[in-house]
Amino acid sequence: MTDTPKTVSELFISRFGDSVTIGATQSGIMSLDIDVEHWLKVCRALRDEEDFSYEQLTDLCGVDYLGYGQSEWETEQASSEGYSRGVVGNLGPGRFDWADRPEADQVEQRFGIVAHLLSFKHNKRLRIQCFAPDEGMPIVPSLVEIWNSVNWYEREAFDLFGIVFEGHPDLRRILTDYGFTGHPFRKDFPLIGNVAVRYDSRKKRVVYEPVEIESRVLVPRVIRSDSRYKTDDVDLAADERAEELAANELASPEHTGSPETN
Amino acid sequence: MSSLPQSTQAAQKQTEMAEIRNYTMNFGPQHPAAHGVLRLILEMDGETIVRADPHIGLLHRATEKLAESKPYNQTVGYLDRLDYMSMMCNEHAYVRAIEQLLGIELPPRAQWIRTMFDELTRFSNHLLWIASCGLDLGAMSMFIYAFREREMIMDMYEAVSGARMHANYYRPGGVYRDLPESMPKYKETPWTKGKDLKRRNEWREGSLLDFIEAFAKDVSSKIDIYETLLTDNRIWKQRTVNIGIVSPERAVQMGFSGVMLRGSGIEWDLRKKQPYAMYDQVDFDIPVGVNGDCYDRYLLRVEEMRQSARIILQCVDWLRKNPGHVMLKNFKIAPPTREEMKDDMEALIHHFKLFTEGYCVPAGETYAAVEAPKGEFGCYLVSDGANKPFRLHFRAPGFPHLAGMDEMTQGHMLADVVAIICTLDLVFGEVDR
Repeated sequence: MTDTPKTVSELFISRFGDSVTIGATQSGIMSLDIDVEHWLKVCRALRDEEDFSYEQLTDLCGVDYLGYGQSEWETEQASSEGYSRGVVGNLGPGRFDWADRPEADQVEQRFGIVAHLLSFKHNKRLRIQCFAPDEGMPIVPSLVEIWNSVNWYEREAFDLFGIVFEGHPDLRRILTDYGFTGHPFRKDFPLIGNVAVRYDSRKKRVVYEPVEIESRVLVPRVIRSDSRYKTDDVDLAADERAEELAANELASPEHTGSPETN
Repeated sequence: MSSLPQSTQAAQKQTEMAEIRNYTMNFGPQHPAAHGVLRLILEMDGETIVRADPHIGLLHRATEKLAESKPYNQTVGYLDRLDYMSMMCNEHAYVRAIEQLLGIELPPRAQWIRTMFDELTRFSNHLLWIASCGLDLGAMSMFIYAFREREMIMDMYEAVSGARMHANYYRPGGVYRDLPESMPKYKETPWTKGKDLKRRNEWREGSLLDFIEAFAKDVSSKIDIYETLLTDNRIWKQRTVNIGIVSPERAVQMGFSGVMLRGSGIEWDLRKKQPYAMYDQVDFDIPVGVNGDCYDRYLLRVEEMRQSARIILQCVDWLRKNPGHVMLKNFKIAPPTREEMKDDMEALIHHFKLFTEGYCVPAGETYAAVEAPKGEFGCYLVSDGANKPFRLHFRAPGFPHLAGMDEMTQGHMLADVVAIICTLDLVFGEVDR
């Protein structure tokens, strides 16, 4: 953590040129988008070259970007339209069953691979990301030759997202059951099952039935860009009030152990 | 029959025997030494392991997917159930990820409480580890001794959160409530009375902090007892010395962290190298192994317990001197108290919104890692600006450790598999997620 992010990003650009795109830096970890064609080459350089020496791959996971940024609740023109603010036709996770699962639109860059690298030498982390070129059959080269730890992580991403890792020695399912079909962490995979299994005492055998429970989620998915961050006067006033309350509470001795919060 | 065909037959039989020498064995999923639900397919050459293929996922609950359908705060409880031996450390990684995206600063008292409870959690995890590992390798009494001390930590959990194990105590913005001023005491029963009752309640007369201090001061004598039982024990050493050796290069390459990495001689601890909470303000040492075998990892965990006690005492000291808030006073993220709601309309509205909708986290992605007792527990969080995470991924330390199992067991005997599984310190709640 000796270099400032500026110089580090310059280092990446000067070394890898167009094959990488520098993303945002959050909490000291920089994001690096790598072209899938250069995925192996760049990763090998990240491990072997003195300037980077990311010796360890700590984590790798798949991300399904289907439905990114979609909400189920209208927040823009709320006050004039009363209560009917639910967005029609857009079903978030947990709101559909297998039969009604949404048809995935052609989303460009739907499946991403995100890995976190760690350099013991420089005490630095890096997030690298690439997108599978074809979302119908996402294929990405496997990193297993570069970092052996990726073996099971790639199996997991294959199992849960159906991303195929080219060159992986043993790409079997890992977390789901033997003989499972589908890739459960995709956004178009329902949250609950559609078949219930029980023992019927009259028929004296195990029966399979459609589930009676309706798919439902109690809290709609809401995206708000307003009000949460100290942007307007109302918020600042609320914060002041909170601080005032806090000061009062500290002043009075009987409130040292704060009461239950909800 | 002449004698010639007979001898050929015998020779043929022998070659057939030689061909079937390698056989497969099923270890688990219902095996007391499998530490949960591990199914291990072992390819054996006599008593020697040729290949080990762990089958996991029997405890897969899709926590990461469930989290995508819930507001942020409702997922904290699921975190306890990942690594159910080190509950609060998991919560810590998750709430830190949210706090990073929200960009909020915590009150220092909350940070100190988190530091203290992280260490208590580490202590309780290592106690359980030494107990179950002792049991697996034939030291039955370890189990009884370690559970006696672990029960105290369960009491601390209960005093502060109301639950013995699944605490659900850390929240984005701080911790759920302040440390209680009194400890629950044992009541008189036909089995516990008089002197016995007094001894049991001796530490519980004061506040929780008094109880924790008494515990942390006393506990090094308890660790001495464990060491007397194990450290120089001939059987213990025969079962662990030179078993499951991992070279430092392989440990890095296979993604090991925590004790598994330090046991191989790499000095790497997130509490020191990338400090979070109040770890940069407390004084402690990081033990590092030499040989990278099971015995070194045992020594390391014992020493970590002693260091944890040291940190806990420093935290108690600070917390005594500095009263204050344990939760961020920002009603957009943390709920107001009951009292505030009774006389402030704003507070009531905030409370309602927080519990019906939650708060929206700014779009972005982050990775927050803590040094959990088992290694690096990380939380990768992608937010698209909604009140629910878009994608949540947990980096569980046990996952790469178990992936390295095949390499570690090759050439060892069947009985050593048990020793290796226990020093990996696996919990299937986190491996399977």
